[in-house]
Amino acid sequence: MSLKRPAKDQPENFEFNSSSLEAANKIISKYPEGKQKSAVMALLYIAQRQNNNWIPLVAMKYIAKLLDMPYIKVYEVATFYSMFNLSPVGKYFIQVCTTTPCMIRGAGKLVEACKEKISENESELLPDKNCSWMEVECLGACVTAPMMQINDDYYEDLDKEKTLEILDKILKDETPKPGSYRGRVNNQPENGRKTLMELKNA
Amino acid sequence: MLKDQDRIFQNLYNDLGSDLTSSQKRGDWINTKEITNKGRDWIINEIKDSQLRGRGGAGFPTGLKWSFAPKEVGSRPHYLVINGDESEPGTCKDRDILRFEPHKLIEGCLIASYAIQAHVCYIYIRGEYFVDGQKLQAAIDEAYEKKLIGKNAAGTGWDLDIYIHYGAGAYICGEETALLESIEGNKGQPRLKPPFPALVGLYGCPTIINNVETIAVVPTILRRGGKWFASLGREKNTGTKIFCISGNVNNPCNVEEEMNIPLRELIDIHAGGVIGGWDNLQAVIPGGSSMPLIPKEKCETLTMDFDSLVAEKSGLGTAGVVVINKDQDIIKCMARIARFYKHESCGQCTPCREGSGWMWRMLERMAKGEASKDEVDMLGDVTKQIEGHTICAFGEGSSWPVQGLLRHFKDEIKKRNNFDPIVKETQNIPYLVDQHLLDKNA
Repeated sequence: MSLKRPAKDQPENFEFNSSSLEAANKIISKYPEGKQKSAVMALLYIAQRQNNNWIPLVAMKYIAKLLDMPYIKVYEVATFYSMFNLSPVGKYFIQVCTTTPCMIRGAGKLVEACKEKISENESELLPDKNCSWMEVECLGACVTAPMMQINDDYYEDLDKEKTLEILDKILKDETPKPGSYRGRVNNQPENGRKTLMELKNA
Repeated sequence: MLKDQDRIFQNLYNDLGSDLTSSQKRGDWINTKEITNKGRDWIINEIKDSQLRGRGGAGFPTGLKWSFAPKEVGSRPHYLVINGDESEPGTCKDRDILRFEPHKLIEGCLIASYAIQAHVCYIYIRGEYFVDGQKLQAAIDEAYEKKLIGKNAAGTGWDLDIYIHYGAGAYICGEETALLESIEGNKGQPRLKPPFPALVGLYGCPTIINNVETIAVVPTILRRGGKWFASLGREKNTGTKIFCISGNVNNPCNVEEEMNIPLRELIDIHAGGVIGGWDNLQAVIPGGSSMPLIPKEKCETLTMDFDSLVAEKSGLGTAGVVVINKDQDIIKCMARIARFYKHESCGQCTPCREGSGWMWRMLERMAKGEASKDEVDMLGDVTKQIEGHTICAFGEGSSWPVQGLLRHFKDEIKKRNNFDPIVKETQNIPYLVDQHLLDKNA
């Protein structure tokens, strides 16, 4: 189990803005009547997006009221799932996969690069930086290992130098291009592809 | 090697585009109405004839699962839930279906919903696949627009709504009942079975849960016939499967191949061979991290299907093949997998919550050579205490890889860990046993 603690400094107020509220109502309508509780995860995501990529406790209270469910239930969900950030993270939130398939392809080098460029410790947001990083468990792109996720995008087929390049761009507040960094197309073999050859050049 | 025309996922590498027009060129949606007109029983029988087994890891026969849904819809509606919470280390096949073959999945959802009489289908996608989920959402919107789903979907007279539900980074939500809890807005902690979801599932209603790949192959099976699918592979292990080959190979890739393909063919032909040559191979994890590893000697002749891997005390799982060569420290690799399970345990059952951390800490010390000799047996004991003592299969999933390591690399661990225990054993009592077992052994 992972341990998650809410941030010490908490804002006093939180409310969905009009576009968030619209998105929230749209999601609630996906579920049967009386089962609006199902939308809690999606609403936490919306709150996270609205509030610089983290969820304050007031937002959980607000969502609890909106969905007519106990606050503790929302708190439970927010602390259980690892993708809900309970304390501030950088504008660029970097998640490096270090599970075995990435590890044996050299994910350790990516961690080194993050330590050099961003911060010595993971999940640390330095005041002069716009990004923070952390190690995460398998992100489901094992074929293009090692890889990392920055906000929503996957950056695949990396090595230390390419990671340093990506981090340099981020520190200059540019969004690097997602995808493979060895120029491979999707999850096909880099060379020596043996299947679906007729379609390859179609 | 499987012939190209027998591959179901023609767009696995996105050579052709994933939009509706290109999908229809590949044959999706062309005669959905004719298929459903043949009736529910015909569909379920055809799937039974094809001997399709679930692609999510457990390999349960899909036709049989569908037949568990109540024949008549009572006061409670039926639901179809698609499991796209792909988080098993070594596996990345569902992601390619979501982004490149979304219409195969959507059409499969319609046919399966019709067969089990569901009007609502939820597709549960792991939160990290947000971008890929958006691609599926675009395909769903396109299908709504062309009236392929919604009211009177594709002219079949059946109403179907498909919704995406994003997870949020919990591996355990790939377990079907935890997934239902997650959709209901709770922590993802598995439920006790029985009752099985087919009778009491989502919101207490009959629910059928299938993996993305399972549902995506259904339309092709029904078009080309269950017999065609059953002619591939071997008895009870039929059809094609997407293999994900990762780790120390020259060209890691996803490839759709026939079941029962030799492992060596997968690695040498499709993945360009082991880095450093075949002799540099140390071990292979054949089916995602929760399946026990297989040492090199057995890899020579191993064929990849459910039953032949069970015979090797492993399993096909999700067919995520992780190749580990001799440059890697095998104990460290397994310690990292143990750390994964420690992180992902939902904390509901004590043996798993405590045991997964215990295994990880022991393996970390063993990798460093800080453990005493008798701790090796103790580790085996811990795995046995977890296995079978938990609500869901996570207990097995976390202890099997460690058991696999102990089975094949015990000598390596013993060689590295030479400390004498500080407290000497006086009696030959296993460290951790249930009291009732102790009586029997005494």
